[in-house]
Amino acid sequence: MSQSAVQPTPASPTPEGGHLLEVRDLHVEFRTGEGVAKVINGVSYHLDAGETLAVLGESGSGKSVTAQAIMGILDTPPAVIRSGQIRYQGRDLLTQSEEQRRQVRGTEIAMIFQDALSALNPTFPVGWQISETLRQRAGMSRGNARQRAIELMELVKIPAAANRLGDYPHQFSGGMRQRVMIAMALALNPKVLIADEPTTALDVTVQAQIMDLLADLRRDLRMAMILITHDLGVVAGVADRIAVMYAGRIVEHADVRSLYKSPAHPYTKGLLESIPRLDFHGQHLSTIRGLPPNLMRIPSGCPFHPRCPYVQQVCVDVVPHDLVLGDGRTSACHFAQEVRDDRAR
Amino acid sequence: MVRFILRRLLQMVLAFFGTTLIVYALMFAGQGDPIQALAGERPVTDAQRAYLTEKFHLDRTGIDGFFYRYFDYIRNLLRGDLGESLTGRQIGDILAAAWPVTIKLALIAMTVTVLVGVTAGVLAGIRRASVFDNSTLLLTLVVLAVPTIVLAPIAQYLLGVRWQLFPPTAGADPDFYALLLPGIVLGSLSLATALRLTRTSVAENLRADYVRTARSKGLVKRRIVGIHVLRNSLIPVVTFLGVELGNLMGGAIITEGVFNIPGVGFNLFRAIRTEDGPLVVGIVSVLVVVYLIANLVVDVLYAVLDPRIRYE
Repeated sequence: MSQSAVQPTPASPTPEGGHLLEVRDLHVEFRTGEGVAKVINGVSYHLDAGETLAVLGESGSGKSVTAQAIMGILDTPPAVIRSGQIRYQGRDLLTQSEEQRRQVRGTEIAMIFQDALSALNPTFPVGWQISETLRQRAGMSRGNARQRAIELMELVKIPAAANRLGDYPHQFSGGMRQRVMIAMALALNPKVLIADEPTTALDVTVQAQIMDLLADLRRDLRMAMILITHDLGVVAGVADRIAVMYAGRIVEHADVRSLYKSPAHPYTKGLLESIPRLDFHGQHLSTIRGLPPNLMRIPSGCPFHPRCPYVQQVCVDVVPHDLVLGDGRTSACHFAQEVRDDRAR
Repeated sequence: MVRFILRRLLQMVLAFFGTTLIVYALMFAGQGDPIQALAGERPVTDAQRAYLTEKFHLDRTGIDGFFYRYFDYIRNLLRGDLGESLTGRQIGDILAAAWPVTIKLALIAMTVTVLVGVTAGVLAGIRRASVFDNSTLLLTLVVLAVPTIVLAPIAQYLLGVRWQLFPPTAGADPDFYALLLPGIVLGSLSLATALRLTRTSVAENLRADYVRTARSKGLVKRRIVGIHVLRNSLIPVVTFLGVELGNLMGGAIITEGVFNIPGVGFNLFRAIRTEDGPLVVGIVSVLVVVYLIANLVVDVLYAVLDPRIRYE
C-alpha cells in the first residue's frame, strides 16, 4: 500500500491569507471496527467572499465529510482529522476550542443538508426551530424571534409564512421543507453557506426552484457558497468554480466554463460524457466503468487508475501531483494536458 | 382526535363484554358442582341445595342457563353491583380495600422505574460503550433474566430478614415504608426494560440527522441532548411506561403474594385458589376496564408527543 505517499499539494496560486475560507491539505480518516477508511486524503480548496464553489463527486468521494469538517460537526469518533488546516478569515479553525468553533457555526458558516425531512426535528414546529437559533444564539426575545422567523420564511418564499409557523416538518412538501432549512441557516446572517446536496431529495422542477432561490439569496445577502453535489446539471448555472473530488482528493479544479469545455482529468471527462444529451439519439450513454474505490484499500498510484481509459504504468506506480494548467486550473492527472486537449474521445 | 377517542370508547364496550364473557365462561365451565365448591368439604343438605340452586339460578341448565346467569350478572355489574363473593363479602368492598394498596404499590414501582430507569437509560445512551453503559447492560440483563418469583423472596430474605433494612412483609393496611421494598422489586422489572429502551432510543436519536442540524445551528450540547434528543427519545419510553402503569394497576400477584400485601393481585390469587368464581370474574372485569383506559390514555399521549401521528 502506498497511499501514504500522497504528497502535499502545492498551494493555490492566490496570495497567502487572502481567502475567506481555505481548506489546506486536509486528511480525515474513519476508524471503525473493520479498519481505517481514509476518507479525505489531502483536500485543499478555497472560497472567496461572494463566490460560489461547487464541489462535485460521487457519494463516498469525501465532499460532505470535508464540509462537516469545516463546520466542526464530524462525529469523532469514528472520524479523526489527521492533519491539515481549515482557515476562516485567516484563523485555523482546527486549533480552536469547541466553544470557539460553536460560535462560528450559524453566525459565520451555516449549512443546509440533503434531506430536510430528517434534518429537521420531527417533534417541533418549524417556527420554533427557526426562532430557536435566534433566541439561543442572538439572544432575541420570544416575540422578536417569532417575528424574525416569519421574515425569514418570507425571504425564502414560503407562502402564508405567518400561518405556517406552527406546522411541523412533515406537514410541508419537500421543496417547502428545504426552504425552511434554508431560512434556518440564514437566521444569523452567515458569510458562508454550505449547501450539501440541497436538491438531491427533490423533484426536478422543485430542484430548479431551490437552486434559483439559493443563487438569488447568495447574491442578495452577499454570501459565499459551497455547493456540494453529484449532479453536474445543477452546477452549471450557479457556480463560479468547480472542484471535482475522487477518493478523498480534489482531482480537478477549474472555473465552470473551462471545465465544461475541456475537462483536464479523465474522471471529470467521464462524468461529463455520462450526462444524457438530447442530440445524441440512439447511442449508448457513456458510463465510467467500475466502482468507486473501497476507502480502506485505495488503489496505489492514482486512485482512479483502475477505471481510467488513459491508464499507463506510471498511473499505477506514482501518485499524481496537482498539475497547474494556467487560469487557476489544476488537475491531479499525469496526462492532464493530453486529456484536456483530447476532444475526440 | 375526539372522533378517535369516541371510536375507541365504543371498541372498549365491545372488548369489555367480550372479555367478561370469556372469563365468566372459563370460570364456571370448569366447575363440576358449584354448590359443593361453595360449601367446600362440608356436606350440603337437600334444603340448602334447593335454596342455593334457586338463588344462583342454577335450575336453568345448558347454554340457555349460562347466558341467563351471565346477563343477570352483567345487569347487576352495570348498576355498580359486583355481587357477593363466595365468602359472603361484597366484592365492591373487597376491591375498595385492596385497590388503594395496589395503587400505592404501583406508584412506588413507577417512580422507581422513571427516576432510576429513564435517568440511567439517558446516561447510558449518551455514553454508549462506556463502563457505565456496559455495567447497566449487565445488571439489567440479570434482572430481566431472573423471574420475580425468585427475585422477590431473595430481596425479602436479604433486605428484610438478614439485614433488616425493610419490613419483610406488609400485612393489613400497609404504609409507604412497608411497601417500599416490594415496590422496588416490582419496579425493577419495568425499570430494566425502561432503561434498555431509553438507552437504545437516545443512542439512536443522537445519530439522527436533526442532531447534526442542531449542532450546525451552534447550539450547546446540553440543549441538543436535553431538548432535541430527549423529546424524540422519550416517545417509545412513555408508551411503554403507560402500558406498564396499566399492568401495575392490575396488581402484582407474585410480589403481593410474597410480601403478604392485601392488594388486588393478592385477592385475585386467593380467589382463583379457592375457586371463588364471582370474585375472580368481578376483579377481572374491573381490571379489564382499567387496562383499556390505560391503553387509551397511552394512545392519546402518543399523539401529543409525536405530532406525526394523526388519529382520523
